[in-house]
Amino acid sequence: MKYIIAVIQPDRLDEVLAELERKEIHLVTVTPVMGRGRQKGIAEVYRSHKEAGSLLRKVKLEIAVNVAFVQPTIEAITSRARTGRIGDGKIFVLDLDRCIRIRTAEEGNEAIG
Amino acid sequence: MSAMSRASSTYWPAVLAMILVLCWGGVSLARDVETSGPGGQEPAATQVDTGDTAWVLISTALVMLMTPGLAFFYGGLVRRKNMLSILMQCFMILCLVSLQWVLFGYSLSFGPDAGGRGIIGGLDWFGLRGVGMAPFRTYSATVPHQAFMIFQGMFAVITPALIIGAFAERMRFSGFCVFSLLWATLVYDPLAHWVWGQGGFMGLLGGWGALDFAGGIVVHINAGVSALAAALVLRKRQGYPNMISPPHNLPLAVLGAALLWFGWFGFNAGSALGASGVASGAFVATHIAGATAGLVWASMDWFFHKKPTTLGMITGAVAGLAAVTPAAGFVTPIGAVLIGIGAAAFPWLAVTFLKPRMGYDDSLDAFGVHGIGGIWGVIATGLFACASLNPAVGRNGLFYGPDGAAQLLTQLKAVGISAAFSFVACLILLKVVDATIGLRVSEHEERVGLDLTQHKEAAYTLVD
Repeated sequence: MKYIIAVIQPDRLDEVLAELERKEIHLVTVTPVMGRGRQKGIAEVYRSHKEAGSLLRKVKLEIAVNVAFVQPTIEAITSRARTGRIGDGKIFVLDLDRCIRIRTAEEGNEAIG
Repeated sequence: MSAMSRASSTYWPAVLAMILVLCWGGVSLARDVETSGPGGQEPAATQVDTGDTAWVLISTALVMLMTPGLAFFYGGLVRRKNMLSILMQCFMILCLVSLQWVLFGYSLSFGPDAGGRGIIGGLDWFGLRGVGMAPFRTYSATVPHQAFMIFQGMFAVITPALIIGAFAERMRFSGFCVFSLLWATLVYDPLAHWVWGQGGFMGLLGGWGALDFAGGIVVHINAGVSALAAALVLRKRQGYPNMISPPHNLPLAVLGAALLWFGWFGFNAGSALGASGVASGAFVATHIAGATAGLVWASMDWFFHKKPTTLGMITGAVAGLAAVTPAAGFVTPIGAVLIGIGAAAFPWLAVTFLKPRMGYDDSLDAFGVHGIGGIWGVIATGLFACASLNPAVGRNGLFYGPDGAAQLLTQLKAVGISAAFSFVACLILLKVVDATIGLRVSEHEERVGLDLTQHKEAAYTLVD
């Protein structure tokens, strides 16, 4: 089992989720986050106060998948989140030890999907 | 050297000179106002009525509040990244059009007719020359001329702000400022003159006699139809229709709608230009139409979509208030109920069926609510107007007198001409501004959001 964390541009979220649905990946957790990679921020000005603008709004997706679904998930996300500009984001794939469905107490591969 | 300090060191002498010229110009213009100007100043046999004046001044403040109210109504409906752009556009219009109004907008709209055909006022009242404290009997015998002027000014401000709903989330701020100023001058001012100005060819002061108590034609049809033109010229937002996030802050939208409702008492009842029975009737009609329409829209949502929605209810209320605007001082409370029913039903259908089928992106339903609602209201005035409620005007709609059929026809003509003018004029203006300055932000700017790209600000912080 793997745990996939993806940080993407906020305006790409709807398309990424739609594509994940199409690939039968239904379970996902979404969080609004602030982040910075190599993309420079956008300066903000409030009267005489100038913000450096180093952190930008992003969206984080977290998806637990069985190993067979790792590649489809990555493909779904990259195909829809890529714009070709710096700031498109990153995907991290982590090992997942255990997964438990709270309602039924199932564990492991059945609990994931 | 940063761009900022380079600019200021090169240009400060020019800026200083400009300020000095403006001060000198302003002082001489101000002195000019005190000496009388040409153009239709009536002999002062009219008496200022304190009750009428107090009511009109309060109404003026109420209508002013509607522009920020509209800003929050619209603002709550867009995505977070564009909230400030809506507020900024409304505030900019408040400042820009207010200035335009006192400089030449009022003169063009309400000034003595230039050319005698009822098309446009002239520049006789440029800088409010000749507009003093004595009442100007053509418009009001009991209220100071300046009070009438500033009351009308608030209408001139909110009307272009309504159009924002059509091009929300994708308009360049520079293009927006130029467009709004031109629209106020070349579309609003002429139409206001036709309906309310002395000698205007559509209205009661020497024209066809179309009834428009507080702005069904001049405000709602005008802005609503121009909004349709804007939606077609600006084209759809990226991701429309399936990938647009829902309203980011409905509570603010509700607050905005409530402020609009409150202000509408000034908009409609204030248009009676007096603390009178007509004002009272208009107040009641305004409230009842809004209440009825809110209820009907919520019911339609409940019936067709299984649940009544907050957004639907407030949209319905606003539609009802808009639709009763031309009729407020002419109809009975029951007439207001009937207007309210239509005011919810037709826009609901337009928003649910017409817009998706036609495919245009009228982002905040400016045409669907104000355009369709306004058209219904102006026609309904020709159905339900009751002469005995407003003897000074003394006209009946279809259901109240033998002259009603003719009145209905006049209303229909007014709807046709004003809608056609507003659409074509706005279309031309948009094309001109697009060709010179540019109307739409770039794809990247639209994705990042207007607040950061047009104003270098964020409405909300995420961390702290």
